[in-house]
Amino acid sequence: MQDSRGRMVFTALIALILTVLPLPSWLSLVRPEFLVLTVLYWSIASPRTGGIGLAFFSGIMLDVFQGPVLGEHAMALSLVSYIAVREHQKIRSKPAFQQSLIVFAALVTYEFVLFAIDGWTKHPVTSPLRWTHTLSGAIFWAPVAAVLAASGERRR
Amino acid sequence: MAAFGTGASRPLSGRGGSPGFRFTLYATASIVIMFMDQRGEWLERVHYVLDAAAYPIQLAVSSPSAAWQWLKETIETRDALRAENARLLLRQRELELRAMRYEALALENDRLRGLRDALPSVAERWLIAEVVDIQLSSLRQRVLVNRGTSNGVFKGQAVLDDRGLLGQTTHVGPWSAEVILITDPEHAVPVEIQRTGLRTIAVGTGDTASLALPYLPANADVKAGDVLMTSGLGGVFPAGYPVGRVVEVHRDAVQPLAQVRAVPYAHMDLDREVMLVWFREGHPAAPVATTGDIKSGNSAMQPQPAPPRPKPASPDQTPGTAQHGPAASQGAAAAPGAAAAPGAAAAPGTAAPGAGRTPGSGAAPGAAPSAVPTPGDAAVIPPAPKAPKKPATPVLPEPSDEESPPYETDAPVKPTPKEPPPVVPDNGPRTP
Repeated sequence: MQDSRGRMVFTALIALILTVLPLPSWLSLVRPEFLVLTVLYWSIASPRTGGIGLAFFSGIMLDVFQGPVLGEHAMALSLVSYIAVREHQKIRSKPAFQQSLIVFAALVTYEFVLFAIDGWTKHPVTSPLRWTHTLSGAIFWAPVAAVLAASGERRR
Repeated sequence: MAAFGTGASRPLSGRGGSPGFRFTLYATASIVIMFMDQRGEWLERVHYVLDAAAYPIQLAVSSPSAAWQWLKETIETRDALRAENARLLLRQRELELRAMRYEALALENDRLRGLRDALPSVAERWLIAEVVDIQLSSLRQRVLVNRGTSNGVFKGQAVLDDRGLLGQTTHVGPWSAEVILITDPEHAVPVEIQRTGLRTIAVGTGDTASLALPYLPANADVKAGDVLMTSGLGGVFPAGYPVGRVVEVHRDAVQPLAQVRAVPYAHMDLDREVMLVWFREGHPAAPVATTGDIKSGNSAMQPQPAPPRPKPASPDQTPGTAQHGPAASQGAAAAPGAAAAPGAAAAPGTAAPGAGRTPGSGAAPGAAPSAVPTPGDAAVIPPAPKAPKKPATPVLPEPSDEESPPYETDAPVKPTPKEPPPVVPDNGPRTP
């Protein structure tokens, strides 16, 4: 189990780098939240090892990089991860397309939590563009999940 | 990171490891952290450590673009280099010319003001920082620079590039600092329209090439081409630094406010080096803190809550100014505009504004092009082109801060009451 935890941290780090990698602005608009997808994947694939703790610490790192308030992304990611861990058996058994839909719903929840916290902490960003990544995230879910699964296969 | 190892082999709903319990735990932790970060400053320390931890990742992230830049520079053709060299030489010559003029003006100014309260430049020192990471989305416009508290950088420090105002620091780590650009949608900078002295606020739009001035009434005197400079209010930026240029003014009959768009001078998306600036406290152009919420950083480097402004000339000061009159007229060949103002001040019955401006604001820009008069003054300075041949006749209250170049006194000088720092490209040749 130890190596599996290391793999999670490793993939989360890669996802974090992908998330903060500077891109041209039109590209960064459609960039999916790789870290959220990764956390979701591990919450579903191995809810015992990964899950909410991974989500929390990944969220803290996201906050350091791009959060107006520390703890914001940690909160949102923990919530999404909690839902995924609770329902992991149901989600796992779904076909890829339905998984994408579920991921879309999870991403919308995630963004909504961020939106709400942004509002409460008086950093409101009301631009509709902030929601675009939920769609691209749903589209990217299948390849991301495939890559993460493959990484697990090879290491084992 | 040991926390998510709990219950690796335990059943999901086991004691202590149930997802509900863990979620409650982490959610509570997040909320507590958010409250602490929002309300108090207890978390500054934590933020500091986390910034330090994040810095390597940010470096790693920026390394591909840095490598690309290096490669590009390495294989850049000789022609391109030569062209750039020529351009830089030209620019240097231009700046040298300006510097020459500046020296002469500064000397003369010191003389005129009796060296008593000669003002040095408002910028005390600056530090070049390299941009490590850039976030330029429509929601967030930040850059990360490779200087932090170990270099004395503090939170809320003004950041410039070689063209104008860039932004201010928001989070400062030990070796890095996050800079919020003036085009960030969350950023607003108090500005003043150079031509009229009208003060307003320039708000970021999320686009690196545009600033919005949303608080100007429809009948405000603003037009395309107006130069925006910092007004010195707000406690972060000193007065008189160029911010941008108005490019678009929309006046809608049904809207009470004009929609004004400006283009920032600073090149948000091209800069690889920026300047962090420390300002002299107590300088008239130093930022005026209207809110007392800037506490972090080196307290010695914080802007004064109320910088001592030079008061308008009181009667006992006027003779002092007048006695510089003869001395100044010796140097009248160098800058008749400056010499004429004390004459106007001394002459009985001259309009009071002329006399009032002379000691305080009039001389400051001469000593430092970046130091401009206090914001209110700009409105009363009449844009009067001077008549160099008759400095003694106090017909017009001359704008004493006119920086007439010593070498071109015969040419009618464009009336720019306040000149932005000499780096502004728009202000190049001043003779029409």
